[in-house]
Amino acid sequence: MAFLEITDLTKRYGAETVALDGITLSVERGAFVVIIGPSGAGKSTLLRCINRMIDWGSGEIMLDGVAVGALAGPALRRHRSRIGMVFQHYNLVNRLSVLENVLHGRLGAMSSLAGVLGLYSAEAQQEALRIVQMLGLEPQLYKRCDQLSGGQKQRVGIGRALIQNPALLLCDEPIASLDPNAARVIMDTLAGINRTLGITVLVNLHQVDVALRYAGRIIGVNQGRVVYDGPPAGVTRDHIAMIYGAEADELLIERQVTDVAA
Amino acid sequence: MLPREYLLRRRVWAGIGLAVIVALASGASWLTDFDLARALRAFPEAAGWAVANFVPDAAAWRRLPKILDKLNETILMAVASSTVAALFALVFAIAGARTTAVHPWAGLVSRGVATVFRNIDVSAWALILLFSFGQSAYTGYLALFFVTFGFLVRVMIETIDEVSTDSVEALRATGAAYTAIISQSVIPACLPRMLSWLLFMIETNIRSATLVGILTGTGIGFQFDLYYKSFNYPAASLLVLVVVLAVLAIEVSSNAIRRAVL
Repeated sequence: MAFLEITDLTKRYGAETVALDGITLSVERGAFVVIIGPSGAGKSTLLRCINRMIDWGSGEIMLDGVAVGALAGPALRRHRSRIGMVFQHYNLVNRLSVLENVLHGRLGAMSSLAGVLGLYSAEAQQEALRIVQMLGLEPQLYKRCDQLSGGQKQRVGIGRALIQNPALLLCDEPIASLDPNAARVIMDTLAGINRTLGITVLVNLHQVDVALRYAGRIIGVNQGRVVYDGPPAGVTRDHIAMIYGAEADELLIERQVTDVAA
Repeated sequence: MLPREYLLRRRVWAGIGLAVIVALASGASWLTDFDLARALRAFPEAAGWAVANFVPDAAAWRRLPKILDKLNETILMAVASSTVAALFALVFAIAGARTTAVHPWAGLVSRGVATVFRNIDVSAWALILLFSFGQSAYTGYLALFFVTFGFLVRVMIETIDEVSTDSVEALRATGAAYTAIISQSVIPACLPRMLSWLLFMIETNIRSATLVGILTGTGIGFQFDLYYKSFNYPAASLLVLVVVLAVLAIEVSSNAIRRAVL
């Protein structure tokens, strides 16, 4: 059985909006999977089902042999603590320091009382320092996060996920709010984490070119369905058209042409 | 429709609006026998009377210790009622805010309770409470407490939903417990704004407490009432002067606190 098994997952918002329409896929341990699709295709919903930030209608998710749908209470918290999550808008507590925001990743593994008081162990503090150094944020360690650039904030977000010592990293549009340079740094960081730490990474993107460059495997989603699942090399113009619609395809082709000309 | 017609129509509507306001104002004045011209003409005369009579004399200055004592009592009551109300409001706001709701209905209950407390004016509360508590400091304290509580629940709910939604989602995703999320994310993110609102309410309550004191027979408001009704205008004027200075001093210090925290 694969590390992550999603079977016939369906999720509706209200009576009419179908976010996920029978998604079935499996992911091997250590994979780097990029999910692409237009806004509203269900990419975010899919990621948030995996760590049960939202509940779904029918279907099942198995992570490492555990049925995610049946989890509740402390077991659900333990499940979430094994999955790191990185957000488009970083979702940091802006008034707190880089150190504190990274340490927040340990709250899931702490007792309620220690969590309330913010009593992080010496080991956690050491680990936070190591991760901050690894991400190149040491000069900013005690800086408040509202003083950081977007790219630095996102690295703090990644640090918060890494200190959880996660088996799986879910990244929801991690570069959508960043300039191209910062975006490249973040994607390189995620690829490095996948390669050196062996953490399975699932990334939602809407930049097809970035997806094709970094992904070990592409999953194309449109209107809550998987319309492509395979290696980046196998993605054709027809697939892009199926994922994004015909007009987007023309746009992309045009850009590739100008790329070649440049 | 031509631009000329559109602009003409806009001007006609503006004219109609202005006419309605003028009609309402003159209608209300006519019904209540209010004569704006006479009120304005009476102004210099009133000012002259105030200058002639509202001057602290030597006898008034001898009453200063008593006035300061009453002022102290009033300020302490305002501070005590505001801060205790803020603590209660924080609990209700956390329970009721969408981001941190303990139950989908909690927001409705919390907002409903706050609306009732807020929309009954502080003087109305004082009159209602007079029946049960009589003319005592309790009546004033509770009247201020209720109104402050109602107001702060509302602004705190808005603050929580505005400021901390993203970071709460991130901490939920790490598997952190509810109490840890509140103490590590909601409180640090919202504290400056909440404190700012509390300071605002303390300022407001010092002014309100003076008025409420007239009704409840306590504090500086009652002292003013006594002097005024016994035609001791010099003492009354000194009292007003002291209150104005106190309000200004409180405003300056609360601004300093705000700057330090933000």
